[in-house]
Amino acid sequence: MSIRITNGGLLTTVQDKGRYGYQEFGVPVSGAMDPHSMAIANILVDNDENEAVLEVTLLGPRMEFTQDNIIAVTGGDLAPTLDGAPLPMYTAVLVRAGQTLAFTAPRTGCRAFIAFAGGLALTPAMGSCSTYLKAKIGGLEGRKLDKGDEIAFRAPVVALPNMEKRTLPAVDFRATEHELRVVMGPQNDYFTDAGIATFLSETYSVTNQFDRMGCRLDGTVIEHVKDGNIISDGISFGAIQIPSEGKPIIMLADRQTVGGYTKIATVISADFSEIAQAKAGDKIHFQKVSIQEAQDLYRAKKRWLRALRATLDAVPSGPRFDDYYWGY
Amino acid sequence: MEAVKFLLTGDTSVSVEFGNEISTEINAKIRAFNIALSSSGIEGIVETVPTYRSLMVHYDPEIIGYDALVKQMKKLFSKLGSIEIPPSDVLEIPVLYGGEEGPDLEFVAEHSGKTVEEVIKTHSSTEYLIYMLGFTPGFTYLGGMDKTIATPRLATPRVIIPGGSVGIAGEQTGVYPIDSPGGWQLIGRTPVKMYDAARAKPILPEAGGYIKFRPIDRAEYEKIKAEVEAGTYECRRYPRKEESK
Repeated sequence: MSIRITNGGLLTTVQDKGRYGYQEFGVPVSGAMDPHSMAIANILVDNDENEAVLEVTLLGPRMEFTQDNIIAVTGGDLAPTLDGAPLPMYTAVLVRAGQTLAFTAPRTGCRAFIAFAGGLALTPAMGSCSTYLKAKIGGLEGRKLDKGDEIAFRAPVVALPNMEKRTLPAVDFRATEHELRVVMGPQNDYFTDAGIATFLSETYSVTNQFDRMGCRLDGTVIEHVKDGNIISDGISFGAIQIPSEGKPIIMLADRQTVGGYTKIATVISADFSEIAQAKAGDKIHFQKVSIQEAQDLYRAKKRWLRALRATLDAVPSGPRFDDYYWGY
Repeated sequence: MEAVKFLLTGDTSVSVEFGNEISTEINAKIRAFNIALSSSGIEGIVETVPTYRSLMVHYDPEIIGYDALVKQMKKLFSKLGSIEIPPSDVLEIPVLYGGEEGPDLEFVAEHSGKTVEEVIKTHSSTEYLIYMLGFTPGFTYLGGMDKTIATPRLATPRVIIPGGSVGIAGEQTGVYPIDSPGGWQLIGRTPVKMYDAARAKPILPEAGGYIKFRPIDRAEYEKIKAEVEAGTYECRRYPRKEESK
């Protein structure tokens, strides 16, 4: 036993990069809603970047440690505390047995990620520890964490090289207006020119119908040539569905594998954090980019994560990572 | 293959679209392309998802970019004719028709003007093409049901339908993989678990393959059920005869 949950919070689940290889059988990918924040948390504690973490939503959990381990909390600022004192985010911290980690209020963003050095001792389902609530698979018995749950550490760590350097300036999720870059397609030709212009120029607002499956937006109706129905095809993370009523739904981690609504465009991977950390009432603008530009940004983020790991692993005399933190 | 379209579905996947209708020909092309792609050696492909009219190809842009991937896939099309495509498998699913397990069988018979025995015979004599899986893990979108047994959905859906239930909804038929609410007319139940996350092969049906239902009696249902629980039951699979295409 290593952590004991004393309050599960609103929605705390185990997530990793997701369940790949089973979409052809109708199994949704799931995985972290903000994969980049998850990766940073893992790298700070020297884990593989896709190691399973706890994804915390708005009102965070409270948990007691029964064993020492190094953790890092990233993503939205949900005011984490350790024994009542503020816990620095984006920082590797050694937590001692007997200490309590709690989240006290959502300040900015809405999803935080807790990485535990050496990972959690969980059995993957279909190759992944990601929790998919609807089919009750992955994570801890396929459900959200609740009071009384206990999860063991797999290989806890009490010392990492360059501990004092394992910190980054926290990513700022204060914005309430978001520029989401998209690549057009797969069904942009099901919309009129006016519909496309509406989509790329109007401001949309995030509604409270926002869960791990998708984010429903409100705003000006986007005009179809005919209607919003298609013969079902595949749905990717970030796909922007426009059903016949003309309002966008951004499909997220727990999306179904296939669906029968037109998809006008897809949010690029580099902007998944931006949508995952948005809150009801926030404003969204869509900006079109080319596939080449989107993939350059994808590769830049991956390179950035590798550089972060290399810096943390380097001898203490190496450069501080935040010297080029804003470089991507 | 001129009609094939590459549709952008974000920066880590592409939808290769073979047409805009539900047809066995289009599905066969998707299956052939999927098989060819998996043996092509193109690096960076993460997984592929066959649907009614397209193959969604997920890839890692750090290994292969969009332009290079499309170029390689186009090259593959020209070789498609020379690639041996094995016949599809037929997955045989044993079904106990009627009774408590199929409470709507008599209604379906009444609606179609057939006897219960005729409905069972009609339903179990077709090899149904699995166009795709989706909706829930292991749910099959099947094609080919005889229209004479088509029956509308229930006016009021049931709150809970046990996993394994075999139903008819309009011109569709299928199996509920897990307990779920639903409005299909239930005509029987299979003791086989179409989906079991803990099994080495969690989901039995495969897109592009076929399902055939085999009527069984209660004694066999109970026997198979016990074997399924013990993890010793294996569904019969056999290659589909080409000439029946």
